[in-house]
Amino acid sequence: MNSIPQPGQSASGAAILCENISRSFAGAGVVLDHISFQVKSGEFVALLGPSGSGKSSLLRLIAGLDSADDGRLTIDAASGTLARGFVFQEPTLMPWRTVLRNTTLPLELIGCARADAQARAHEELRRVRLVEFTGAYPHQLSGGMKMRASVARALTTRPNLLLLDEPFAALDEPTRHGLQAQLREIWSALGMTVLFVTHSVMEAVFLADRIIVLSHRPARIVADERISLPPARSGDLRTSVDYLNEVRRIGAAMPAAEEML
Amino acid sequence: MTVKERTAALLPPLLPLIFCIGLAETAVRLGWVPSYLIPAPSEVFRSLVEDRIELGSAAWETLSSALVGLVLSFFAGTLFSVALSSSELARRAFYPYAVFFQTVPIISIAPLLVIWFGFGRPTVIASAAIVSVFPIIASTLLGLKSTEPALLDLFKLYSATGRQTLWMVRMPFALPQIFSGLRIASGLAVVGAIVGEFIGGGGLGSVVDSARTQQRIDRVFAAVLISSILGIVLVGAVNFVSALSLGSWHASERKPS
Repeated sequence: MNSIPQPGQSASGAAILCENISRSFAGAGVVLDHISFQVKSGEFVALLGPSGSGKSSLLRLIAGLDSADDGRLTIDAASGTLARGFVFQEPTLMPWRTVLRNTTLPLELIGCARADAQARAHEELRRVRLVEFTGAYPHQLSGGMKMRASVARALTTRPNLLLLDEPFAALDEPTRHGLQAQLREIWSALGMTVLFVTHSVMEAVFLADRIIVLSHRPARIVADERISLPPARSGDLRTSVDYLNEVRRIGAAMPAAEEML
Repeated sequence: MTVKERTAALLPPLLPLIFCIGLAETAVRLGWVPSYLIPAPSEVFRSLVEDRIELGSAAWETLSSALVGLVLSFFAGTLFSVALSSSELARRAFYPYAVFFQTVPIISIAPLLVIWFGFGRPTVIASAAIVSVFPIIASTLLGLKSTEPALLDLFKLYSATGRQTLWMVRMPFALPQIFSGLRIASGLAVVGAIVGEFIGGGGLGSVVDSARTQQRIDRVFAAVLISSILGIVLVGAVNFVSALSLGSWHASERKPS
């Protein structure tokens, strides 16, 4: 029986070093073309790019779900796979398990004691404000609640690298805004490194401190910008002039939609 | 459901039945059809009552053979599917033979079964197992291959073992398909058992066979009626287990709220 993963010292994020990463897929050709970038420990970075640009492929490489054809990827994380949390585009909950049992899954897989796993799951469900729904099945939840359960599940191993693949794209706007603010809060509290894939300039600017913009496929990095907004972000920010100026600046760096070319 | 609603739901399927029974009774009584072709429903009913002990024990024998055959084919079929689903090479090598095996008519290999297993139970059980195994393999295989890819990624992310992935996600995901295969298989197992009994002896198959040679068409009908009820009982049992295990989460068994 493994002991429950403990959070490291505060701001214990992982650092990522990508050097000349390339990846091709049969039928799709070259998807990632010599991508190089570096992420500092504890940074909140958005990977922004048009749809089909290979952002998700890059994230899967960093998650260890796929391997690059060429180049070197170094992740300075505490302890291998446990250090990574992944939130998928869909909530990907198991329909036959309750919210609580879905959340304990990663800890069960690594062999933690049931009581410890449940205590940790409760803690994370409280963090995403879902603790009163621990006994519910996924089909009884709204889209936003399912996604919160999915985020709680990713947090149970206390990853120092949290990877998110357009997790809020399918949600309605108020829900999406709420979850964005919540994610930013979680990051402030836990201090892990976050890599957030999105195609929305407004989402990227609201969430991240730094935005890496990818081109159309084959993906290359076309911009790497710091966002100068206050660290604490609330809903008010969305209507502020500073925010809108940043949106305009990043929007100008974003490649035009393919149909418009 | 109130009594009134229940009656309203039962009436449409009952009316044609009552009509057909009435028509058959009239036709035989008035001599439109000779009674050695179609028995009067009242005769079938009398045979059911008079021969209840013999029919009952024959039915029990057939049901238990079908059930043992079904359990055998369930375990063999599921094991086979798990093996095939874990290796693309194994699937390509063996699946065509599973399909071929299914196309061989049971009635033509039943004599072979008697040669191998002798007269009696083992032949009947083997026959029930052989006809019911393919739907189990086909649907279990389909179910095991239809796991949501993102869930498999999640298991990969936490370095889950093959066994964890099989039991915690691929099997539960395949359950609805496994049950639909089992539903088809349970009906077929009764058919297989009766075919086996025609040749290997025993159960309702023997009752039908001997009643036919004695020109007791009322008994033939009584036995046929019971054998279809056996099929319904088995399918009903599968439905019950399916509702128990999928009820809380799967759309097919969820009660409308």
